[in-house]
Amino acid sequence: MNNIKIETINYNLYYGKFHALRDINIKIPEKKVTALIGPSGCGKSSFLRTFNRMNDLIPGASMTGDVLIDDQDLFKIDPVSLRQNVGMVFQKPNPFPKTIFDNIAYGPRVNGLKDHKKLEEIVENSLRSAALWDEVKDDLNKSGLALSGGQQQRLCIARALAVQPSVILMDEPAASLDPIATLKIEDLIHELSQNYTIVIVTHNMQQAGRVSDYTAFFYTDETRTGRLVEFDETKTIFTNPSDQRTEDYITGRFG
Amino acid sequence: MSTRMIVDKAVKYILFISAILSIIIVLAIAFFIFQESVQAWKEIGVGEMLFKRVWRPGQDQYGILAMIYGSVAVTFGAIILGVPLALGTAIFLGEIAPTGVRAVLRPAVQLLAGIPSVVYGLFGMVVLVPMVRQINVPGNSGYGLLAASIVLAVMILPTITSIAEDAIRAVPDSYRSGSLALGATRWQTITKVVLPAGRSGIIAGIILGVGRALGETMAMIMVIGNSVIFPSPLTKNPLTFFLSQARTLTGNIAVEISYATGVHESALFATGVVLFVLIIVVNASARWLISRQSDVQTTRQG
Amino acid sequence: MTTLMSEEATERDLKMRKSSQKFWFAATWIFGAITFSILLLVIGYVIIQGGKAVNWEFLSTAPKGGLSGEGGVSTTLGTTLYLVLLTIGISTPLGVGAAIYLIEYAGEQSLTSPVLRALISIANFAVETLAGIPSIIYGLFGYALFVSALRFGWSLLSASLAGACLVLPTIIRTTEEALLAVPDDYRRGSLALGATKWQTLYKVVLPASLPGIITGVILSVGRVISETAVFFVTLGGSHRLPTSIMDGGRTLALHLYYLAMDTRAFDKAMGTGAVLVVMIILINLAIDFVSRKLTAGLKGR
Ligand SMILES: Nc1ncnc2c1ncn2[C@@H]1O[C@H](COP(=O)(O)OP(=O)(O)OP(=O)(O)O)[C@@H](O)[C@H]1O
Ligand SMILES: [Mg+2]
Repeated sequence: MNNIKIETINYNLYYGKFHALRDINIKIPEKKVTALIGPSGCGKSSFLRTFNRMNDLIPGASMTGDVLIDDQDLFKIDPVSLRQNVGMVFQKPNPFPKTIFDNIAYGPRVNGLKDHKKLEEIVENSLRSAALWDEVKDDLNKSGLALSGGQQQRLCIARALAVQPSVILMDEPAASLDPIATLKIEDLIHELSQNYTIVIVTHNMQQAGRVSDYTAFFYTDETRTGRLVEFDETKTIFTNPSDQRTEDYITGRFG
Repeated sequence: MSTRMIVDKAVKYILFISAILSIIIVLAIAFFIFQESVQAWKEIGVGEMLFKRVWRPGQDQYGILAMIYGSVAVTFGAIILGVPLALGTAIFLGEIAPTGVRAVLRPAVQLLAGIPSVVYGLFGMVVLVPMVRQINVPGNSGYGLLAASIVLAVMILPTITSIAEDAIRAVPDSYRSGSLALGATRWQTITKVVLPAGRSGIIAGIILGVGRALGETMAMIMVIGNSVIFPSPLTKNPLTFFLSQARTLTGNIAVEISYATGVHESALFATGVVLFVLIIVVNASARWLISRQSDVQTTRQG
Repeated sequence: MTTLMSEEATERDLKMRKSSQKFWFAATWIFGAITFSILLLVIGYVIIQGGKAVNWEFLSTAPKGGLSGEGGVSTTLGTTLYLVLLTIGISTPLGVGAAIYLIEYAGEQSLTSPVLRALISIANFAVETLAGIPSIIYGLFGYALFVSALRFGWSLLSASLAGACLVLPTIIRTTEEALLAVPDDYRRGSLALGATKWQTLYKVVLPASLPGIITGVILSVGRVISETAVFFVTLGGSHRLPTSIMDGGRTLALHLYYLAMDTRAFDKAMGTGAVLVVMIILINLAIDFVSRKLTAGLKGR
């Protein structure tokens, strides 16, 4: 087994009285792609938001159990500095209404970097890593909103890379994109997994199969509380799942 | 055709007439005010009226520059005092206030907007003017630009606050999460993403505040002193400018219209024309900015 | 991969960002508190100081008139009431009618005439323009047209016509909003049952939007009660109760102005101010109540 980047131990999440996730135990390996799959409403996004503590911003949300990142207690890390280390890409591309350059430079800037030379370097590197550089290198002063949906999403990925995180969370990053743009994002995820730990939520089984090394299957019990049913190498999950529900879900019998 | 069909048709035409009534009123306002002012523009002359400082109807001197200056100066003062407070309150309401506090402060701001201007004027006369009079400067009566600017600042506070808050709330949450996820603090998110994204709406709120300030009449008459003088510092200290009395365009009309006749009356209508044009320009620019704001938001969705 | 900055620098920077956030959050709390205190100060002062002058006698006796400043406010209350009734009576049907046309008919498919389309967009523009025109301009207009040209003189008639123009955009806008909030399904449902457009509007759409329309009307009542500039130049200033619509008079707000400016009877002016402020507070409460009804009604369905 590889190094463990993030580990949860008996992790529970509540929204007010609603028990959204129960007793999740998982070990997310470093520099691999881990896919979270499961039917709608089973808590995949909620689980993902745990890792950069975006759940903290939801009024009434509370958590129990332990979450470790690099063997440190995640809840003891200041959320602001945690989010520098754990980047996030959202389902709908959400570039700021700023230029492409300013979108990417945003993260480094808010984190205190002022040196323009260095910013330029970071912008170029991030755009290259996000496979967007060739398409926009002459238009860095154009608004990020003027790009196509797929380009916007890659811009958001580049924006996340610019703060040099070690983990990138992606919540259905290709859900609003066409098949070609989706393929580009998938290639990119594959590429990035050499340097980053990636956790991706997806509804698309083929996508999970194509891009991920590990897969976690979530399911809800009768009370709508989400549970982790099975976590294993993607190969195993797709060819030889040990839980009947996983098999049913993957073969499309429900969900 | 059945009766109900006929009724249906008839109603449609009646409603149509009420719909175009607004057009008729706008045109009628423009027409009457302009028409009544023609005599003044002709007999006194456009240049004479707009650029002469002296307004002495008894001696047939009808320069309204002092009043234009008075209106602009008091509006400027109100903006300086009112805008920071309004924006601070809008940010507080839109981004920071807990729900309970917001539930109290928002209706309070609305109530502030509803208080009659004569009540503000009276409050100014009874409370502010005596305070300003304490400032020991020869010629300071307490009435003047300072007291008027304070009163006006309070009067435009609710306008700017509520429009700016709306603009802040219209900024999509995805911008906020995007920024926070990159390690920005909430305050950085507000200043670097939310306010820039809501910029057009916020500026539009300020401009509409300017429009309200230019149009305010009774409260200004009550606290600004109404002397037809070109406001200027009372002593060598330039700050005493704000202790100077003044008269606004609106005040000029209201104070004199009831007894004016002939050219004098026409000159007051001309004052109205100047005010009207000023306000139309101000409001049109606000409207343009608001439409730009909604453009930004539609491109985001596209 | 290089890091953005050294660890200590990041640490220091984070501390600074956090304390700057603390500072600015505190600052906005203070701004909010100042705004709230201004309200408390103005309202509190006027009600407490003015309240001293207010009693049953103050409300029930007529002002003496002239420069004495003696007497109460009874006739001005009556004039205010007359003016509110007249102004609202004129402006409500016109404003509601205009809003119905602009929302319900202007979008019709059959509306192919380019002239009509142009008229409608001009009408929308006109409503916006009216909303931005300062009240003294309405006053001047009323003075030129109703007082002078039509020879209505300083009278309830002149004042209520000018006042109706003033509140028209408020009524149109709030009614428009209320109509837009009525789901299209209601209209389709009724039309599908064979009702004419007007029947649909009258029986289904208008009842559903009634709370919104009432909000607009109450807002306008508040506007008429508070307004001074328009009536200053159209209503004259007689302290007597008008006996016909051709008589002039003074509203509470105008009375306050005359007390403060002409007779310098500040205590009585403050008393009048207290009565005004209480009325405005009641109006705000009423609006709040009705709009709660409105949201509750829309949710309940
Ligand atoms: N902010 C919130 N407040 C209260 N409940 C929430 C909140 N966000 C999510 N939930 C609830 O938590 C449960 C899990 O939601 P979550 O969005 O994590 O599911 P998901 O697996 O990502 O679903 P989907 O595939 O539809 O995105 C759902 O029952 C949802 O209603
Ligand atoms: Mg989700």
